[in-house]
Amino acid sequence: MKPFKTLQGLVVPLDRANVDTDAIIPKQFLKSIKRTGYGPYLFDRLRYEDVGEPGMDCSNRPKRADFVLNQERYQGAEILIARENFGCGSSREHAPWALDDFGISCLIAPSFADIFYNNCFKNGILPVTLSAEQVDMLFSETNNVVGYKLTVDLPAQTVTTPSGTVFRFEVDAFRKHCLINGLDDIGLTLQQSGLIQAFEGKHKESAPWFF
Amino acid sequence: MAKTLFEKVWGDHVVTVNDDGSILLYIDRHLVHEVTSPQAFDGLRLADRKPWRVGSILATADHNVPTTGLESGITDPVSRTQVEALDENCREFGITEFPMGDIRQGILHVVGPEQGLVLPGMTVVCGDSHTSTHGAFAAIAMGIGTSEVEHVLATQCLIQKKPKVMRITVDGELAEGITGKDIALYIIGRIGTAGGTGYAIEFAGSAITSLSMEGRMTLCNMTIEAGARCGMIGVDDKTVTYIKGRPFAPTGSLWDKAEQAWRELHSDPDAKFDKEIHLQAEDIAPQVTWGTSPEMVVPVTGSTPSLDDARDEIQREGWTRALAYMELKENTAIVDIAVDKVFIGACTNARIEDFRAAARIVKGRKVAGNVKLALAVPGSGLVKQQAEAEGLDIIFKDAGFEWREPGCSMCLAMNADRLEPGERSASTSNRNFENRQGVGGRTHLVSPVMAAAAAITGHFVDIRDWR
Ligand code: SF4
Repeated sequence: MKPFKTLQGLVVPLDRANVDTDAIIPKQFLKSIKRTGYGPYLFDRLRYEDVGEPGMDCSNRPKRADFVLNQERYQGAEILIARENFGCGSSREHAPWALDDFGISCLIAPSFADIFYNNCFKNGILPVTLSAEQVDMLFSETNNVVGYKLTVDLPAQTVTTPSGTVFRFEVDAFRKHCLINGLDDIGLTLQQSGLIQAFEGKHKESAPWFF
Repeated sequence: MAKTLFEKVWGDHVVTVNDDGSILLYIDRHLVHEVTSPQAFDGLRLADRKPWRVGSILATADHNVPTTGLESGITDPVSRTQVEALDENCREFGITEFPMGDIRQGILHVVGPEQGLVLPGMTVVCGDSHTSTHGAFAAIAMGIGTSEVEHVLATQCLIQKKPKVMRITVDGELAEGITGKDIALYIIGRIGTAGGTGYAIEFAGSAITSLSMEGRMTLCNMTIEAGARCGMIGVDDKTVTYIKGRPFAPTGSLWDKAEQAWRELHSDPDAKFDKEIHLQAEDIAPQVTWGTSPEMVVPVTGSTPSLDDARDEIQREGWTRALAYMELKENTAIVDIAVDKVFIGACTNARIEDFRAAARIVKGRKVAGNVKLALAVPGSGLVKQQAEAEGLDIIFKDAGFEWREPGCSMCLAMNADRLEPGERSASTSNRNFENRQGVGGRTHLVSPVMAAAAAITGHFVDIRDWR
């Protein structure tokens, strides 16, 4: 997994609450058996006038001019801000794969849905939870300033605005450690194989009907 | 010390607590389907790893399978590749699979309990958010992403943070025609789609215990729509009776021991919860969603909201967008909304009890002229077989329903079953997101009896008045 340490990136504002993973990547793209190639179809229904199909060349598809990701000033954005409960619904990891493939590495919202939040960390994407007021402020600053960039510092757990306002955010220690170091947590867990085997032995004794 | 149900099951599965407080949690049952697993199996191969315990895994294809013309297989080549990839992965790693054509094939959240593969006290995972369904059996059942599917395949464990525990108690008596689906939607309407975020929810109270196992599964199924990590219900006689005699359930003296252990699986009387909500069953009317999120729900006697009632600007905007998408005006009475298609199925409501209840409504009647398609899609081959043995298929077909082969079908429209742009459905599935049932499709979530009644009358009606 690619590590995430610090990022200074252009911000794109997606002013919606309850953005579900069906919206982030619609079902027809879930038929792929790969982890890559989802970027062109990120937010497919919101981004394009027509309906995308897997494998479609997106360069000539008609785009919805009013959708933020299509606007000139947000091209190259790496940080996406949104309203509460981002990533709700289906557990599809295709959602973070699509965000990553598109070039988004950091999300900022007042809250995230659990499974999606977790899936982000497995894919080098940092979801940052700030208060609704802080996010609101970021929305108005992003809307007002073309080329608005934020600095996200994972080791320090801060988001810094161009004017120097610093917001601290929480992230649990293990996820932070894995993300900063780009660690594959399967490898880490397998280092505890002995413990797992020992547990399994005992578990089988106390609840043999599970085996 | 007094423990909650969640704490009991959780405590039995902690392999170790790491220095940073993260917990390695042992997983007893892993359900695998075609959509979220291919990348996980690839990951195993790349790292030269093997599944830790193949006996813990059950696989079946459900999302992509067609519900008609099974003789000709899957015609969509991309869908077919995905289903074949599952078959091959199962063969390569020696995993038990119910392939297409097997009578036991169906939606994983119907198949698992039906086979006795989900037992009280288990930890259950699946790369699907509606894994929460299995909490009806006092199991900790969680939906996970593909990376975690790979993690569980390789290590039999998940790295977890312990969630907080909320208890939702529904006491009192449900009115005739009120189902687990209505309870679920009512709760989501009250606490919102993020109301359960960070929590495991336990459902308790006389209205919950009065539900059948099917009704409990429906309720737990939708806990994910409330944002919760999982939903659970304690063990009682119904739980035990449901499991007994199922193909993979324990037998003989092992059953006796298991049953004894399961009987302990409920919260202790003085257990403490991080949050408690009390609701009254008599307050619950048949629920109908009007918008594009399950929390946009009202009783059938109600109407779409008035924008001025929104609590803030964000909600007002959300409602405005939802009303526009649904092509509904403010203050429209729910009973005035006509539907184009009706779907009875999905892991929420595709069990035998659901079809029995819906069949009682449609028996001897005809689907309304404005309803272009009414679909009844069983959750598994065995549900279908049972329904046919009881003659339910005939009742549905006589009324003008199509009776299909098992699968996810129009719940997410990954196969040919879908809404066309602008079409409106009464659907027993669990998500009414934009474009979920087909591009531009408009979904109203309801219970099976409410969907059946809408099929007959062509619009929503209060099932409590049905004669
Ligand atoms: S029926 Fe619908 S919600 Fe259930 S597993 Fe299938 S697609 Fe998901």
